[in-house]
Amino acid sequence: MALIKLSELSYGQTAALKEIKINGIQRRRLLDFGFIKDSEIRVAQRSPLGDPTAYWIKGALIALRKEETDHIFVEIIKHDKVNL
Amino acid sequence: MSTTCAMPNNIVRTREQVFQINLSKTHHESVIALAGNPNTGKSTIFNALTGLNQHTGNWPGKTVKRMEGKFRFHDRHYRLIDLPGTYSLLSTSTDEEIARNFVLFGKPDVTVVVVDSTCLERNLNLVLQIAQITNNVILCCNLIDEAKRKSISVDQKSLEQDLGIPVVLTSARSGDGLDELKQKIEALAMGQIRPQPFAVSYPHALKEPVETMTSSLRELFPTLPNPAWVAMRLLDGDEKIKEALASPELLPSLLNNDSNLTSENRIVPSNPSVNKIFNMADQLSQSVRPVMHDLFVESLFEDAQRITRRAVVKKNGVRIWDNSLDRFLTSRVFGIPAMLILLSVVFFLTIEGANIPSQILADWLFQIEDLLDQAFNYLNAPWWLTGFIVHGVYRGLAWVISVMLPPMAIFFPIFTFLEDFGYLPRVAFNLDRLFKWSGAHGKQALAMGMGFGCNAAGVIATRIIDSPRERLIAIITNNFVPCNGRWPTLIMLASLFVAAAFPSALSSVAAASTIVFITLFGVLITLLVSKFLSTRTSLRGESSFFQIELPPYRRPQFFRIFYTSLIDRTLLVLWRAIVMAAPAGGLCWLLANIYIGQYSLFAHAANFLQPLGQAIGLDGVILLAYIIAIPANEIIVPTIIMGYMAAGQMTELDSDFELKQLFVQNGWSVMTAVSLMLFSLLHYPCSTTTMTIWKETRSVKWTVVSNLLPLSIAFAVCFIVAQTWPLLF
Ligand SMILES: Nc1nc2c(ncn2[C@@H]2O[C@H](COP(=O)(O)OP(=O)(O)OP(=O)(O)O)[C@@H](O)[C@H]2O)c(=O)[nH]1
Ligand SMILES: [Mg+2]
Repeated sequence: MALIKLSELSYGQTAALKEIKINGIQRRRLLDFGFIKDSEIRVAQRSPLGDPTAYWIKGALIALRKEETDHIFVEIIKHDKVNL
Repeated sequence: MSTTCAMPNNIVRTREQVFQINLSKTHHESVIALAGNPNTGKSTIFNALTGLNQHTGNWPGKTVKRMEGKFRFHDRHYRLIDLPGTYSLLSTSTDEEIARNFVLFGKPDVTVVVVDSTCLERNLNLVLQIAQITNNVILCCNLIDEAKRKSISVDQKSLEQDLGIPVVLTSARSGDGLDELKQKIEALAMGQIRPQPFAVSYPHALKEPVETMTSSLRELFPTLPNPAWVAMRLLDGDEKIKEALASPELLPSLLNNDSNLTSENRIVPSNPSVNKIFNMADQLSQSVRPVMHDLFVESLFEDAQRITRRAVVKKNGVRIWDNSLDRFLTSRVFGIPAMLILLSVVFFLTIEGANIPSQILADWLFQIEDLLDQAFNYLNAPWWLTGFIVHGVYRGLAWVISVMLPPMAIFFPIFTFLEDFGYLPRVAFNLDRLFKWSGAHGKQALAMGMGFGCNAAGVIATRIIDSPRERLIAIITNNFVPCNGRWPTLIMLASLFVAAAFPSALSSVAAASTIVFITLFGVLITLLVSKFLSTRTSLRGESSFFQIELPPYRRPQFFRIFYTSLIDRTLLVLWRAIVMAAPAGGLCWLLANIYIGQYSLFAHAANFLQPLGQAIGLDGVILLAYIIAIPANEIIVPTIIMGYMAAGQMTELDSDFELKQLFVQNGWSVMTAVSLMLFSLLHYPCSTTTMTIWKETRSVKWTVVSNLLPLSIAFAVCFIVAQTWPLLF
């Protein structure tokens, strides 16, 4: 399946993390949060102003800006029924 | 690449100096460190064991300084160290350095890693790292009650078996499991148990270089307890580890058994051979360095996942109210309005609630002033003594107490409640986009939150911001958040002048709205100044990333809220105000009663400042008060009052009405009140905050900037208001 940017993932979809095209300390921090290959990730909530977005990963809620999620690539593995 | 240590050889610093580990350790005392991810309850455990009251809060990064405390168990003494939270020992980012250095070089006898049981896998990542450095580790799975609520069960036995270290399940808030924790600490400190931590598997691509390095290290440092780990760090280019290996003073901290080696028989490898190792690391890592960090973390997580799978059972489909609440409090439609309403409600409750107690306190304290006055007269005290003590010092104090105590005693508990509930990081999340626009860091909002209480605390809280550029911006702009020293001034002015223009049923609402407005204006100025600093000055730069963990909402701890907000915050601030108000009251009285020619010193100075004051909608007395009250914002209004009263206009001030009369007699209008509120919001940080800024930045330049920049903005804004107001009204 094709890879999409994490920023394009929508609410209700579950994806597997595939690639992080960010380097340096930010990359290390993401790794520490559990952003490693094949981790499952879900959109939890977008900020009222549209950015950042909070994601569920490894049981924690992590908020990231779009600048970052544009460089993280994921593969959608599941569509949930969205009940808002 | 040069591999020599960055430190000049002729200056020998001890590891205590380099890593700021000042431990006065006595012989029969064991040192216990509390490490772990942020927001897992380390400080809560610290408080429970030591009986101290280190502040806790439901957001990552609450603790930014190392705290020490003591406890006794079975007649043994322990020194407990509460460390700031850290996600890993590998990232070498500044905010994690305190914890990392302590675990690495402080060599605690026992390291308790406190983890969040609801999020075990990610937390184990750190546990595995620490267990590689030291064998004396205890895993403390905290927040077990929360795990239960989320239908997550943790198997203690399985973890103990897989990790090879003692494991305790605790719920620090209720105290469950803490006895067992103490027992295990004791057993480990006394050497009754000897953990054999699980050895992490090194990723395939790293096996060879790690093994080669390890065997060379073993030859050179036969007593190094963790050569494989040191090899990993050298391959990764870790400067701190290099520094430690190259320095004879630091080396012992990497060797476990320095205590039984005297300095004579301790073999210190010569510099050339150490350099050879560094060169070797550089060569071996050339091919792997770009990916080795990834590989290593991935393999850690693989281990963590395997261990977690065996130990944790999670029932699916449990509905958690957190998520629904977040969908409301941070939602597109309601997020921002909810925030504003919440802010207004807090101010409304503060103003409305403080009204009557303030009045009662004032009546009471001014009655005492009358009694004091009579007593002094009865004792035939000279007029100047009565004046100085009763009408100067005492009156200043009475005013500060009656005006400041009630609002603080209401505002702080509510604020602490929201902090403990977990709302603060949501505010940062909601507002991040604005901060990004201004080139600042989203976590600046958290530091601003702390600034509501006290700007000095806000400045210290900026430590959670990694990038020095963004941290400086956060430090310089923290002043624009009105602190508790300024709330009473704002509340009083809003109630006396703005609210008075509304029908009395609405007056509290009007006052609260005014304060919300002033606060938002402070946020606006913060954003504009940040934008200016990050586009036009040497602090130029793009906003870096924003990565923050949003903690689950937690039921606040009422007793602790009560304690931290009333005892630690309210009384402390009040005490500070009293200490400052008394001398200022005295000084005022002296200035007002020493005459040169026809006028008092006070009048001379006030007259001199009058034109400047008037240009910005204030007057000479107010500006003079700001100069006298530089040490503490709290005493601005009392100083102004003393200034006016010294001019001999009025002696009694026991109601709001008379207070307003006094101001009006001295030429105040609504515009004066608005200008003064703006001036109070903007002017400059108090002397305590300025000291803190200097301590945090170690830079005279930035300390001066953080004072002069706000001051010029205050003058500019007030000038504009004063010049346009007459045109509008
Ligand atoms: N329900 C529950 N809440 C807890 C427990 N332990 C701590 N908390 C809460 O978790 C939050 C974080 O606690 P702290 O003790 O400040 O956490 P910390 O690890 O010191 O955090 P940092 O200093 O930011 O690293 C607070 O709101 C505590 O009241 C527990 O066992 N159960
Ligand atoms: Mg803490």
